[in-house]
Amino acid sequence: MSRPVHALRQQACAAALVLLLLGGCASMPGAGTGTATVGQKADPFEAVNRRIFAFNDAVDEAVVKPVAEAYRKWVPSLVRTGVGNVLGNLVDVWSTANHFLQGKAQVGLEMGMRVLTNSVFGLGGLLDPASELGLGKRSEDFGQTLGRWGVGPGPYLVLPLLGPSTVRDTVALPVDMQFSPSTLPAEASGQFGVTVLSLVHLRAGLLATTNLVDQVALDRYSFVRDATLARRLNQVYDGAPPLESFDDEPAEAPEPANPAPKPATVK
Amino acid sequence: MFHTALKKLLSTALLATTLLAPAFAQTTPDAFVRQISNDVLDTAKADKSIQAGDINRIIALVDAKVMPSVNFEAMTRSAVGPQWRSATPEQRSKLQAEFKTLLVRVYAGALTQIKDQTVEITKTQPVPGGAQMVVQSEVRGKGEPIKLDYRLDKADAGWKIIDVNVGGIWLVTSYRSQFAQEISTGGLDGLVAKLVERNKAASGKN
Repeated sequence: MSRPVHALRQQACAAALVLLLLGGCASMPGAGTGTATVGQKADPFEAVNRRIFAFNDAVDEAVVKPVAEAYRKWVPSLVRTGVGNVLGNLVDVWSTANHFLQGKAQVGLEMGMRVLTNSVFGLGGLLDPASELGLGKRSEDFGQTLGRWGVGPGPYLVLPLLGPSTVRDTVALPVDMQFSPSTLPAEASGQFGVTVLSLVHLRAGLLATTNLVDQVALDRYSFVRDATLARRLNQVYDGAPPLESFDDEPAEAPEPANPAPKPATVK
Repeated sequence: MFHTALKKLLSTALLATTLLAPAFAQTTPDAFVRQISNDVLDTAKADKSIQAGDINRIIALVDAKVMPSVNFEAMTRSAVGPQWRSATPEQRSKLQAEFKTLLVRVYAGALTQIKDQTVEITKTQPVPGGAQMVVQSEVRGKGEPIKLDYRLDKADAGWKIIDVNVGGIWLVTSYRSQFAQEISTGGLDGLVAKLVERNKAASGKN
């Protein structure tokens, strides 16, 4: 491995340590009142998070989104599919490892077959014949593996430039980065290039989603927060998280003559 | 002779109808979901303007195929939370109407992504401590399968959808924090105003 990656690794370890300590303290204060929703309770650093969220938005609006739109507009869709397939095939290797780390040998083997098939018959991952053969993509990352091992998500965090996360996923991030396609080129410039391409490709794939969120969210911050937390929980449980009660309100208003004692909540 | 044969046939047909009718009313949860999702998918696949995101066509599709199977009052009630009890009938109907417009837009966004996918029902399970069921399905096509789950509640007329999960996110549930925020600052009327404003802004873009 080249020097910059080594330095990156050290930095990442230091960052992970800081976040672990932060996470340890963060779980202490009882966030919110009894009426707080699940999302609000998981977000004790809301004030800071909102600032970083606004900063990320500004960067996205000024740089990332326009680049992703240009990529989508000027690069032919066939090329974009190829880029996605090649990067995806490399990511699948790490997903396979995580399946095994989580003790899911069957899916792990299938994903391994998928990587082999696409690497050999798919021209090094350029095509995706494995999906046609029923070896579908099942992504996993190290944050999900930690979750599987019983590590709770901890408080919600918005990372500068990297976006919504949790303490657990932030700790897992350096590990995921070690095994991302961008570590493959020997030169630092090549690593940077692959990182940028991965990000632009990812952002381009999310254009429709973020445009929709702009239209349907009352408050984008809490919409993104609640959606992120729900999606990660779902991923950790492979699509079957424990069901919560619907938390329903009674259909009819209670008798006005007999007012229900309201819990004293200060908002 | 002919007369008795006809009589027999008729009575058999009658018997069959009476036996089948209750069976039809009590469809299993997964059959109920399969029918709706196939119905919607087939319509969306055949209709170019739906794929292009024509919001009026999608509203028509939702009204015809989805709304009869949805308990929309329960959806709104759940998103609004405890404040629903103190809401006036006018506020309730306004909240329902605006929330519906908003959710249809979310749904429309998902429908435009549909091309050659199929829906596979993966699991049906009861929600602990109630009469509700969750039917899990996957929309399979190119790339990662998209999770599409339905939370069903038993009603007199059969099952009704009370929440939908797209890609791991329960739609109604995901509005609770946002609704709670609006209510805590501007009350129920503030929430209605915010929904109206949001829907107006979004319709201007289409």
